[in-house]
Amino acid sequence: MSAVTAPVALVRRRPPASVRRKRFLLAVANHSLLIAAAVAFLAPFIFILLTSLMTNNQALSTSLWPHPIRWSNFYDVFTKAPFWRWALNTLQYSVLATIGLVLSSVPVAYALARLRWRGRQVSFLIVLIALMLPPQVTVVPLYVMWAKLHLVGTLWPVILPNWFGDAFSIFLLRQFFLTIPEEYLDAARVDGCGELRIVATVVTRLAKPAIAAVALFSFLYTFNDFFLPLLYTGENPHHWVLSLGLSEFRSLHQVQWNLTMAATLLVMAPVIVLFFLAQRAFVEGVTLTGVKG
Amino acid sequence: MADVRYEQATKLYSGTDVPAVDALDLEVEDGEFMVLVGPSGSGKTTALRMLAGLEEVDAGAVLIGGRDVTDLPPKKRDVAMVFQNYALYPYLTVSQNIAFPLKMAGVKKAERERQAAEVARRLGMERYLGRKPSQLSGGERQRVAMGRAIIRQPSVFLMDEPLSNLDAKLRVQMRADIAALQRDLGVTTVYVTHDQAEAMTLGHRVAVLDHGRLQQVGEPRELYDRPTNRFVAGFIGSPAMNLCDVTCEHGAVSFGGERVELGPAVANGSGAVVLGLRPEALEVGLEGLPARVEVVEEFGADAFVFSSAQIGGEETRLVARTEARRAPAQGERIFLRVKPEEAHLFDAETGQRLGA
Ligand SMILES: Nc1ncnc2c1ncn2[C@@H]1O[C@H](COP(=O)(O)OP(=O)(O)OP(=O)(O)O)[C@@H](O)[C@H]1O
Ligand SMILES: [Mg+2]
Repeated sequence: MSAVTAPVALVRRRPPASVRRKRFLLAVANHSLLIAAAVAFLAPFIFILLTSLMTNNQALSTSLWPHPIRWSNFYDVFTKAPFWRWALNTLQYSVLATIGLVLSSVPVAYALARLRWRGRQVSFLIVLIALMLPPQVTVVPLYVMWAKLHLVGTLWPVILPNWFGDAFSIFLLRQFFLTIPEEYLDAARVDGCGELRIVATVVTRLAKPAIAAVALFSFLYTFNDFFLPLLYTGENPHHWVLSLGLSEFRSLHQVQWNLTMAATLLVMAPVIVLFFLAQRAFVEGVTLTGVKG
Repeated sequence: MADVRYEQATKLYSGTDVPAVDALDLEVEDGEFMVLVGPSGSGKTTALRMLAGLEEVDAGAVLIGGRDVTDLPPKKRDVAMVFQNYALYPYLTVSQNIAFPLKMAGVKKAERERQAAEVARRLGMERYLGRKPSQLSGGERQRVAMGRAIIRQPSVFLMDEPLSNLDAKLRVQMRADIAALQRDLGVTTVYVTHDQAEAMTLGHRVAVLDHGRLQQVGEPRELYDRPTNRFVAGFIGSPAMNLCDVTCEHGAVSFGGERVELGPAVANGSGAVVLGLRPEALEVGLEGLPARVEVVEEFGADAFVFSSAQIGGEETRLVARTEARRAPAQGERIFLRVKPEEAHLFDAETGQRLGA
């Protein structure tokens, strides 16, 4: 005989009023603080957005709200300056550099983390030293080298070095690879993988967050990079990237703040979109670097 | 199908001065289930990894099917391995995990899936084919790991403590399953465990390692009945054999005042020896060596009586087996009688077995 069991009536206990009031006040305090911080961070963006919709005369006045709203500013950006060319150059720089950086850094990091070979410690030390070297130290000799290769004036001097590994990425990936249990790699070895295949399949899959973080860091860095493109392509507007174009935008004709802001917004947009798309991988990666780095 | 041979195989990890595996000579016949057993740190895993090609062989050779594989990488050795933590890829489904070796071998997707499903059916896992390893229990993961090993039909299976992460009951069940599977497939198997009960039930033959050296290899019964030295005697059997330092005079041992004749084989021996007595070689009776009961452990029909007695002026712990119904109570005074025909004798210095 099956006994009919009545559903258990769970009467949720309400915390006492004093506790509830304390929790409420705490929540209000927390949220006010966070909202204030968010507004502080958002203010410049909102200012840019509003200015980009104004006429140039209004942009120079003190009024904050655009009147009339001029959407055509975003169109003018493309006609008044070679914006497309800059965008394509930036894309070329960021994409090629990022692909090269990931493809070259992952195997090196794997070799430093997982393979046993003579000179491994020394090699890792060299990577660490390269990591600590300020870029200004190497700029002059590198410039001379690229000049001798007749590549100054193009974007290759900023793209190609990424194909030979990046110290920070190697370091970050190595630290992550060290945490992959050896058994996974051994299992793959026994099941028919060579070391390259292990890197390409097992390691890449297990280290996806770390690799995504490295790729994102690289993309953002190259996308915003100003110093190196200026150094190598400053004389050759044909190869300018967005960051360079943006700084030159003002001086192209007379300063047109509304157009400058519209251009700025267009430059920022892909980064923001990319961040939201890859937010999870990115945040995961940042915490990773926080813990392991 | 292949036999396996270690020839003076040695592994010395860099930075250490004692070999983890020391001149191992061991032959595993085609289709045989060989168990490597020994205490922690005895070199079992190292020996297995040398066979898999995951660990460099520093001296000697390893042969599979008569082929010298000492310098071949793992993928060229045609072995499959089950790891202690299973090493299932978390991002692959059960089906993809099982089929992984086929994928590496370049087998077409449809064929891979068909074979994976067949293996899963054999292991009773067909319901789980679409799941990820994180959605499986320990025992189910263990089966998937087995599936990944058998799908390629390798010439040798290697297993490193595959059951040590399971609970006791599941362990016993999986033990039986593994034995049945190996019998069906008839594949040469080298199985590592530190659990001597697992070794005795699974192995056609068992190899006992200690400090990287092979102590004895033989059928389970042989190890139990005729341990070749003091270490094997103490390691095989549960509870462990009683080992007492005694003095031998004219072919007889004085066992706490009791004179125990030991037959002709040891008649020449005189002086200090180690007397080994399995719990069942000690009888609780009305006369013999007086002892005091410390603990009684009952296992259904049998009981083990842990007691302490004076032997040669020294307090010695002794374990005896009795019927549970007739077991003495804790603290009781009892008398222990030796069955001389079941006694083992070992040299006090070298630990080697004396006599037949
Ligand atoms: N990578 C290594 N480097 C140096 N020494 C090692 C290394 N791996 C194992 N050893 C040493 O080799 C010896 C044998 O180790 P091994 O792992 O083979 O033991 P085991 O019999 O499998 O033990 P357990 O039952 O605990 O798994 C141990 O003394 C261990 O300290
Ligand atoms: Mg081990």
